[in-house]
Amino acid sequence: MSTTQLAGLLPELEVIRKDFPILERVLEGDRPLVYLDSANTSQKPQIVIDTMVDHLERHNANVARAMHQLGAESSEAFEAARDTVAGFLNAPSRDEVIFTKNASEALNLVANTLAWATGDLSIGTGDEVVITEMEHHSNIVPWQLLTQRKGATLRWFGLTDDGHLDLSNIDDLITERTKVVSLTWVSNMLGTINPVAEIARRAHEVGAIVVVDASQAAPQLPVDVVASGADLLAFTGHKVVGPTGIGVLWGRRAVLDQLPPFLGGGEMIETVTMERSTYAGIPHKFEAGTPPIVEAVGLGAALEYLSHIGLDAIHAHEQTITAYALAGLATVPGLSVLGPLDAAQRGGAISFEIDGVHPHDVAQVLDSRGIAVRAGHHCAKPAHARYGVQSSTRMSSYLYTTPAEIDALVEGLEYTRSYFKLS
Amino acid sequence: MSQDLDSLYQEIILDHYKHPHHRGLRDPFEAEVHHVNPTCGDEVTLRVHVRDGVVADVSYDAVGCSISQASASVMTDLVIGKSVAEAMSIHEEFLTLMQGRGNVEPDEEVLEDGIAFAGVAKFPARVKCALLSWMAWKDATASAVELVETTEEIR
Repeated sequence: MSTTQLAGLLPELEVIRKDFPILERVLEGDRPLVYLDSANTSQKPQIVIDTMVDHLERHNANVARAMHQLGAESSEAFEAARDTVAGFLNAPSRDEVIFTKNASEALNLVANTLAWATGDLSIGTGDEVVITEMEHHSNIVPWQLLTQRKGATLRWFGLTDDGHLDLSNIDDLITERTKVVSLTWVSNMLGTINPVAEIARRAHEVGAIVVVDASQAAPQLPVDVVASGADLLAFTGHKVVGPTGIGVLWGRRAVLDQLPPFLGGGEMIETVTMERSTYAGIPHKFEAGTPPIVEAVGLGAALEYLSHIGLDAIHAHEQTITAYALAGLATVPGLSVLGPLDAAQRGGAISFEIDGVHPHDVAQVLDSRGIAVRAGHHCAKPAHARYGVQSSTRMSSYLYTTPAEIDALVEGLEYTRSYFKLS
Repeated sequence: MSQDLDSLYQEIILDHYKHPHHRGLRDPFEAEVHHVNPTCGDEVTLRVHVRDGVVADVSYDAVGCSISQASASVMTDLVIGKSVAEAMSIHEEFLTLMQGRGNVEPDEEVLEDGIAFAGVAKFPARVKCALLSWMAWKDATASAVELVETTEEIR
C-alpha cells in the first residue's frame, strides 16, 4: 500500500505494519483489510504473539507458589511484566501496579473497595462523587452503584457543544463534599483529551481522590502517573497492542494501603485461620487467585514494543492521521463529526453521523469493502444523548494506520451515500 | 461482495425503510411496550389494539437502522387484520426464517414482502435488527390478549 508522505507519520510505517500479521489479511471478495477499529481493540504485533506462545511452550507454571524451575521462570516473567508496566507509567513503585482482568475490573475494584473503606476514604450520606458526561459506561455504572449503596450523590461535568468538558461550574461541582472525582483522560467517543492535571489539582484542594480512566490515553499519549495528578489510574491491555484478559490499576501507595481487599482468596493473604485472615501488602492484596499470567507477560511485551517506537512518536502519528481523516471526512456531504474538530485537541477516535444513513448501515457497507469500523453507542449512551444522537459510526486509527486507509474510508463513505441513493 | 450486500439490502427493504407503513403511535390500544437492542441502541415503542380476537391495529415509533425500520413496516402489513392466532403463526414463520442462517426457503404466500429478509439471516449481527419490532409485537400482543380476556371475565 502506498502512503502519501505527511509530516508527523511514523518514519518506518511500512516496517511497523509488517510487525502486525493480521494487517495482511485479505477478506471476502479479495478485499485487503482496512482496520479502523483500534479504539475498540488494537491489533497485536508478532513479538506479543511470540512472547505468549514461548511462555506457554517453555515456561508455563503457576506463579509465586510453585517450588520448581518452571515456577521460578513463570514468576520471574510475570513480575518482570509488572516492572515494565511501572516503567511505562513512570510509577514511583512497582508495588503500585495491580493486574486486573481489564479496565472495567480496575474501576470496579476502586468503586467497590471505596464502598467498604473506613476512615478518610469512607463514603456516606452527604458525600459526592463527580464524573463526566463523556464517560464510557464502565466509568459511570460502578459510581452509580457506589453512590446508591452508600446514600451518596453522583454529580457530573456537562459537555460543551464542541465536545469539551464544561468546566464553567467547576467550583459548584468540586466542593468540600466531593470525595472522588473520576474522569476519562481521552474520550472513546468524542476523542477529546481532557485537562486531567488541572482537574486533579482542584480535586486535591478539597481533599478528594482522583481516578483516571486511561483506557484510550495509554495507547496514544505518554502517560506519567505522577504528572497526571491521578491517585488511581486504570487502563486495559488489549488496546495497547497487548492481549485481552489483562488490565492494570495503578494507585498511589498511600491510597492503596488504605483501601480494604477486593476479592478474597489465594495469594492475597498473609495468614488464614478459620476465624479470620490477615492480608498481603500491595500489590498482592488486590490479586486473589491465579492471575492471568501469560496475558501479563504479553502485556509486558506490548508495552516494550510501544516504548521502543516511542509514545511521543506514536502520539504525533495519531495526530497526523487524525488531522488527515478530519479533512477527508469534511469532504463527504451530509457528514458531521461529533467532538472537537482540531486534531491537536483530540485522540484518534472520530465518531460521525451521515444524514440519511443509519450507522449500522454505514458499517455494513464499509464492511463489504473490507473496512472495519464500529457502529452504535460505543458504550457512551449519555454522551450520545447529550448531542441528541442515538448512535454513530466511529473510525479509530493507531500506529499502523496509513493515509491510504483513510482514503479508502472516505471513498467507502461516498459509495455508501450512493448505495443509499443520497444525492 | 456487493452481490452479498444487495442480498441484504433488497429493494423491498429499502422501499419500506424510505416509506414505512403504519408508522406513528395511535389510539386505541390495550398494550404498549418499549424494546431496545442494547448492543446498538436501536429502540421501538409499539402499541397493539386487539378487537374480537383480531389484531385491529399495530402502531409504533422507532429509531434504528434500515433493516429494523423496514422490518417493523413489513410486520405491520402482515399482522394487521389477521386473527391473533394467525398473526402468531406468521411471527413463528418469520422467526424460523431469521434463525435459519440462510438455509430456510421462505414461503411468499405467508410472508409476502417479509421474504426480502431471507438475505438478512446470512448476517448474524443483523438478525437482531430484523427481529426487534417482531419481538416487541409478540410481547405487546400477549399483554393485550391477556388484558382483553381479563376485562371480558369481569364483564
